[in-house]
Amino acid sequence: MADFDAIVVGAGCAGSVAAYELAKAGKSVLLVERGNYAGAKNMTGGRIYSHSLKKVFPYFEEEAPLERRIVRERISLLAPDANTTVDFTSDEMFKEGQDSYSVLRGPFDQWLASKAEEAGAEAVYGIAVESLMKDDSGKVCGVRAAGDEITADIVLLCDGVNSLLTEEAVGFKRPGPHTMAVGIKQVIKLPASVITDHVLTASDDEGAAWLFAGDATHGHIGGGFMYTNRDSISLGLVATISDLMANASTPIYQMLEDFKRHPAVAPLIRGGEVVEHSGHMVPEGGLNMMPKMVSDGVLLAGESAMMCVNLGYQVRGMDYAIAAGQIAGIEAARALDKGDTSEAALSGYVNALEDSFVMKDLRQFSRFPHFMESTTRIFNEYPLLARDVMNRMFICDGSPVPPMRKSIMPMIKNVGILNIAKDARGGLKAL
Amino acid sequence: MSSIRIEDNIDGFLGTNKYEVDEESAHIELTDELPDEEFDKLIRVCPGALYRRDEEGRKTFDYAGCLECGTCRIACGDTIIAKWENPQPTMGVEYRYG
Repeated sequence: MADFDAIVVGAGCAGSVAAYELAKAGKSVLLVERGNYAGAKNMTGGRIYSHSLKKVFPYFEEEAPLERRIVRERISLLAPDANTTVDFTSDEMFKEGQDSYSVLRGPFDQWLASKAEEAGAEAVYGIAVESLMKDDSGKVCGVRAAGDEITADIVLLCDGVNSLLTEEAVGFKRPGPHTMAVGIKQVIKLPASVITDHVLTASDDEGAAWLFAGDATHGHIGGGFMYTNRDSISLGLVATISDLMANASTPIYQMLEDFKRHPAVAPLIRGGEVVEHSGHMVPEGGLNMMPKMVSDGVLLAGESAMMCVNLGYQVRGMDYAIAAGQIAGIEAARALDKGDTSEAALSGYVNALEDSFVMKDLRQFSRFPHFMESTTRIFNEYPLLARDVMNRMFICDGSPVPPMRKSIMPMIKNVGILNIAKDARGGLKAL
Repeated sequence: MSSIRIEDNIDGFLGTNKYEVDEESAHIELTDELPDEEFDKLIRVCPGALYRRDEEGRKTFDYAGCLECGTCRIACGDTIIAKWENPQPTMGVEYRYG
């Protein structure tokens, strides 16, 4: 008889939701979190798309510590000396199941873990799982933590992008630097009303998401982000590690300080005070970097399984983690009911995941990481082209104006018509 | 010699973070030999600016301000990162915002 039916490692989006579903199904669950509280070791950009959370907690809006509902989307091509932005808002953003919210993982993860605990999961904090226990057949049968051996019929690894356990669980090798990005973020305190005025929303409950390509990373693969929280701004960068480590002329933290001084960004954070400086990796390699999802007695959900999609204009991870956590909890409970948590029996989890938007999206966008990595014009030529075209449209100095085609065609030819066509076609194919 | 541009010191920002530093043991260890090319990678990628050169060009590394992202493990896990573990439980950074 094992100590628990299930042990969940990591109290993030996937782990707490999986523990909640297992407890709800009447299983004994131990949720082990190495931070002193859920979220203590976690960080997001970030914004959560609510659809999958709504499926688990239909009334999350009333109780979850959400910062602001995102009602403005901005995406910018940032040149060193100019910025071209698309600013979009739509009634569609307000509709249930399509809404999204800025969040901070400290408060958000604590709320999510409290839901698992209320449902009956036992949570321990400040305890790290050091290794997995395996029986003679090699089946995972528990964890070693704080000098103890704790057994369970199934272990759910939801320990995040930097999991040190997935190799012994499913043989997942440390990912290569071209499949991973480093994220850096500062939380900058400002009065709620000032933020509302800066991003032009109707109230302090509504905010903006803003992504930047180009000079944010000084032309390197990646980009900048800004999310408005209630009384702070999350401002940061994400950059692919392989490009950054080999080619960058300045460190990622210096890029962030430069970004904060860019005329497009500086007014947003003027008068603000940095209250936290954080780092976290983003798995960007998509489907092709994903590990095996199950082995005997163990399954993976969330970023430990590299469930993340970064399309440049849309970054998703938390909604996948919550959906995968829910599927993992339900399918683990089903396997426990059958008394079989072997790899074959856990195929129910793999199949349900494949049938869900999680794996369908990852398949759909499987070619995008390569497109992004090989289309460096997005981060260099295009922000400058946008600047030059916009300057031609908006700058007036009293000299005779040449025909538009005469001034703009050379700009386009400079980048190359074929290059632009190729990139547009490549992007469309990868999306 | 390194030509990496560094103008800002972010120690003040790291100082806003809450840490419980494990003075007893380092959770990240480097190899004895630190080729410039590999060390420069860590200077470029570490969001906590833990890998530095001082005025005399000496390489320094201080795990105390670690943000526990694991980026150095991905960048140089095969070369000059000899050990990468999470800090002991209850130790390390504690994000209040995240």
